[in-house]
Amino acid sequence: MRKSVCAALLASSCLAFGSAEAQVTSVKIGVLNDQSGLYKDLSGPGGVDAVRMAIEDMGGAIGGAKIELVSADHQNKADIGSQIASQWYDQDHVDVIMDVPSSGVALAVAGVAGAKHKIAIFSGPGSSDITGSKCTPTTIHWTYDTYALARGTGSSITKGGGTSWFFITADYAFGQALERDTEKVVLENGGKVAGKVRVPLNTADFSSFLLQAQGSGAKVIGLANAGGDTITSIKQAAEFGITQGGQTLAGMLIFISDINALGLKTAQGLQLTESFYWDQNDETRAWSKRFFERNKYEPTMAQAGLYGAAMHYLKAVKAVNSTDSDKVMAEMRKTPVNDFMTKNGQVREDGKVVRDMYLFQVKKPEESKGPWDYYKLVREIPAAEVTRPLSESECPLVKKG
Amino acid sequence: MATFFGVPYPALFGQLLLGLINGAFYAMLSLGLAVIFGLLNIINFAHGALYMMGAFAAWLLLSQLGIGYWPALVLSPLIIGLFGILLERTLVHRIYKLDPLYGLLLTFGLALIIEGVFRNYYGVSGQSYDAIPDLLRGGVNLGFMFLPLYRGWVIVASLIICFATWYAIERTRLGAYLRAATENPALVQAFGINVPRMITLTYALGVALAALAGVLAAPILHVTPIMGSNIIIVVFAVVVIGGMGSIMGAVVSGFGLGIIEGLTKVFWPEASNTVIFVIMAIVLLIRPAGLFGRA
Repeated sequence: MRKSVCAALLASSCLAFGSAEAQVTSVKIGVLNDQSGLYKDLSGPGGVDAVRMAIEDMGGAIGGAKIELVSADHQNKADIGSQIASQWYDQDHVDVIMDVPSSGVALAVAGVAGAKHKIAIFSGPGSSDITGSKCTPTTIHWTYDTYALARGTGSSITKGGGTSWFFITADYAFGQALERDTEKVVLENGGKVAGKVRVPLNTADFSSFLLQAQGSGAKVIGLANAGGDTITSIKQAAEFGITQGGQTLAGMLIFISDINALGLKTAQGLQLTESFYWDQNDETRAWSKRFFERNKYEPTMAQAGLYGAAMHYLKAVKAVNSTDSDKVMAEMRKTPVNDFMTKNGQVREDGKVVRDMYLFQVKKPEESKGPWDYYKLVREIPAAEVTRPLSESECPLVKKG
Repeated sequence: MATFFGVPYPALFGQLLLGLINGAFYAMLSLGLAVIFGLLNIINFAHGALYMMGAFAAWLLLSQLGIGYWPALVLSPLIIGLFGILLERTLVHRIYKLDPLYGLLLTFGLALIIEGVFRNYYGVSGQSYDAIPDLLRGGVNLGFMFLPLYRGWVIVASLIICFATWYAIERTRLGAYLRAATENPALVQAFGINVPRMITLTYALGVALAALAGVLAAPILHVTPIMGSNIIIVVFAVVVIGGMGSIMGAVVSGFGLGIIEGLTKVFWPEASNTVIFVIMAIVLLIRPAGLFGRA
């Protein structure tokens, strides 16, 4: 009798241990981005707050486990980014790293995540190589990529008469990827590339390069850069009378934070491709109002994307009741993405989130009815047009039939 | 179209003009450095930070007090010059008698502190200084390029300032006293001239030149806490090439190297960051005292 009671007790205690392993004991999100440099305004502290909003909307906890949030500044340096990523994954029990604008850093962090089989969801960076040659089973590219920007802005401007291009390119992973993808689109549409110049990241004076672009006689000056670099190039192009001379500026990656820094007088007429604008519909307006109340500026697509990515991740963790990378990734791929920003988005096998994009044009000052009223919609671009087909993918995970 | 090694002449002249503008900044900053080293034997590593403070002073004058560009051209060097006097009286004058290496260490430390304080308050991404006066707005079409008036003004202002400084030091009695005071302070003091005050004023002059360069730079470049450290290394190379104590050398090398850098940007853009240092290495091997230096 005593033996069987002991045996029963032993057996039931094993059962108890078994079910404890399936419980979520802790969930930790790490937001890694540029908090002080030229990419601060496109995600930065606002991006961290967007993730915080998602955590609050999930009730702050999954099961009994509190959802924790940490953040750090990678200063746009790949070595700092990968060192923080390694420490977070190995020592600080971070389950997922998010954002990572500046593609050089993102590619380094993707390498770390892939090697340690941990999840990373990128919202800020652009290089299409993240889901191309550098894809991994546990990385997701959420908000936009250089392929979509090239197909959106690049093809619209080329088809509209901009048949010769001169590229001013930020000389690192993102700029080179953007230049490569856009050049392909220009050539496909019957245009030609009159010249290119590579410029170090965070350049203060573009005058020499703008002068070369002017001298080339190209109809379009393609700015394959972002953030502070784009703002500086556009301001200095105005100083040197470039648009008066008949050339068009093509800002290949522009966020609403850049338009806010430039002002409508300088930025009017610019075409840009984004996946989100705060004033698109009632849902976007409602969420952006919450964001604005907390941060005092309207969200960029990178920040809105961070909220969506955090929600999708946390819901997946809750559904599979685990933070195991394979289980959560499978659940994220299985579940369609539906929120105020994304309708029926899908996480593909190469990690790309398949989503619609939008071609906007910056309003003239007289067309704007109030602060942050900057964009008018030119057209909605369906996902199939702006997403690289799997048949063309360089990702080793994609099985081509 | 006629070309020079594959580059059309209009593009070439445009780049030369841009190089001249960069050279104007190099010349003014290296002038201040040359004055301080030539007369005081101090390697003033804080020069870049003081240049940055000059730009920030102009920006603060505009954003906090609504004071525009023309007054800032005078006020900012005055304010930063006063700060320079404070630095000299409290810290710098203690190390004159020591090895120049101590001067380097002290001023380098000062630079780090100043930059750190500004970086703490203002971040790295920079402020916009949009106070170009109407007189200097717009530009003129020179045929081979469209030159913004403000950039042309920078060249003119820099030439005037460099010439005025050279003239003051080499051709006036005050300049003669300065040069004598630093060569033989005891003898000059015996004549009744207040040598410590002369030295303080010399340091303040160098600092004010740096601040003035900062105000001139503010509308063109971002006003950021790291703008000083970005430019100071190039300026040191310029001073070494020109000859550490030579004022004429600093000015000529400043403009000359700006032009060479501009040409490099046309023919081999990736090398434009390093060409000045390559030239410095060559000059040091052939003429260690610099092109205009007294050996």
